[in-house]
Amino acid sequence: MVKRIFILLILAYFCYSFLVYTKSAKETEQPTDQAIAGLSIWQSRNCQACHQLYGLGGYMGPDLTNIISDSTKGALFAKSLLIAGSPRMPNFNLSETDITNLLAFLSWVDKSGKTAVPAEKVTWYGNYNIDNQ
Amino acid sequence: MNSLFKSFIGFAISLLLLSLFFGIIAALAFFKLDYFTNIMSFEQVRPFHVSAALFWIISGAAGSILYYKKWAFPDAKQYDQFSIAFIVIWVLTILTIFISYCFEQYGGREYWEFPPVLNIFILLAWICLMISFFGTLLQSAKDKPLYVWMWSTGILFFLFTFIEQNLWHIPWFRNSFLKEMTIQWKSNGSMVGAWNQMIYGSAIYLMVKISGEESIAKSRKAYFAYFLGLTNLIFNWGHHIYNVPSASWIRDVSYGISMTEWLLLIGIIQGFKSKLEEREKFRYLLTYKFLIASEFWIFLNLVLALFMSIPAINRYTHGTHITVAHAMGTTIGINTMILLASISYILKMDEDKNKRMRLHLNIGYWTSQLSLLVFWVALIVAGIIKGYRAITLKITVFTELMEPVLKVLKVFMYSGFVLAIGLTIICWIMLGHLKEVLRGKDVK
Ligand code: HEC
Repeated sequence: MVKRIFILLILAYFCYSFLVYTKSAKETEQPTDQAIAGLSIWQSRNCQACHQLYGLGGYMGPDLTNIISDSTKGALFAKSLLIAGSPRMPNFNLSETDITNLLAFLSWVDKSGKTAVPAEKVTWYGNYNIDNQ
Repeated sequence: MNSLFKSFIGFAISLLLLSLFFGIIAALAFFKLDYFTNIMSFEQVRPFHVSAALFWIISGAAGSILYYKKWAFPDAKQYDQFSIAFIVIWVLTILTIFISYCFEQYGGREYWEFPPVLNIFILLAWICLMISFFGTLLQSAKDKPLYVWMWSTGILFFLFTFIEQNLWHIPWFRNSFLKEMTIQWKSNGSMVGAWNQMIYGSAIYLMVKISGEESIAKSRKAYFAYFLGLTNLIFNWGHHIYNVPSASWIRDVSYGISMTEWLLLIGIIQGFKSKLEEREKFRYLLTYKFLIASEFWIFLNLVLALFMSIPAINRYTHGTHITVAHAMGTTIGINTMILLASISYILKMDEDKNKRMRLHLNIGYWTSQLSLLVFWVALIVAGIIKGYRAITLKITVFTELMEPVLKVLKVFMYSGFVLAIGLTIICWIMLGHLKEVLRGKDVK
């Protein structure tokens, strides 16, 4: 009996994984080569130690998911921080190309959706309705 | 041979010590960045801290199981050569990870901040562990108690989720950022469930051994909790990514399944009275002390997790220090306490009647419990303030948003220092005990 339920649950894990991989994400824009290069700089410089994307990552700096489309911040503001750093953010001495690629990555991330969930998207039973945001 | 296994336990304890040390440095780097940027900045310290903590938990869990396997199946073939291969590859890989951090080589993903090629060796080590564990298991025809099921589940699902977590190397997964996020947090979330299965399995094993009652691992209630845990491992990772605009059914499934954990909470509350009686009986045992501490932390963290799993509340807690409270509360309060219980049992520390040792251990124990409580509450308060300011007040300027939060985080930092002292005392005593055991008195 125990063995049967166990095997059933393992099967459920694989089926559910398959569903999640193939059906859960809406089609978003394909990344440009620059964005992919930006992702690899993001990882090799360990930006996520201080920054979050969709709220996930370290908490020393702000969430950067929608910084590019943020009317009070935007790409130029982001660029200036990447060039000079700040008292709390290190200056990584990034090359011009690295900065362009990082901005392309952040802009690709930005287009995938919004990290903040507006209050009106909360349903009566406490869930979100943000499928087609 | 036996001493290699014991040394591995020592290696695990050293990882805990290292994690505490870098936790302190990280806190200093966080608050006094201007002094520290020239020596070591936060993104350089955090990987040391996180990796040491992660590998303390997994090494402690795997090391304990390698021991218990010998005790649970004394007549079966042990496949020691594979256990040794696991230990050697595992330890060398972890050392390489720390060396790569010294040269600022990162992988830049949560939990896995090291260069990804090293994942190949972790996988290899794990396969050796699996051959050793399942090899022995298959030799034995007798009915398997619940804890063996839990160890098996943990070991197997670590493999699955570890592979899953590396799927991002395939462009098809990486080329959609939403898919990338979903799979990354599906696998990380489930992996935590996997090591919890390994560790909770050991907790049940220890309770059976301490009380001499095999029935603990046979009750219907225990099996129900196991299957509920496994179901949650598979489906309840969505709270990490409720705000990611993927299909709604992911949220519905996670939200629904995680609410089944109220049943666990009710079970804990119902069992409270018998716990008190049990505590009266065993309170003098060190192993039991750590186990009962873990149960206290299970209760608190379960309540927190239940609230965080409700999207309407998660909207405020996500991306705040409440997430950190949850992570620290479970890894320190639950995982570390059970692992310390397990190590004290393996080292037979309860047979040592040295009064001074007990006194020091008691000091370390109560220092860490009380400071952990302050530490945990401070993180929750910091998170509530941040959530309120970000979501309700809609403050977007980061320095302004964080100003009052940083004040509360100071409390978190100071209690963290005390916590580190408390745990260091415990680790130190255990390492001293281990040294003696390695020198002469053998633990079979
Ligand atoms: C040591 C922690 C740390 C690391 C590592 C770090 N940052 Fe930052 N970053 C910050 C902090 C803190 C701020 C907020 C600005 C301030 O307070 O001065 C910030 C601000 C920013 C901003 C402006 C956003 C805003 O809303 O103010 C951008 C863009 C940014 N960082 C990008 C990056 C990128 C890209 C990387 C990796 C190459 C990176 N950061 C690595 C700490 C860090």
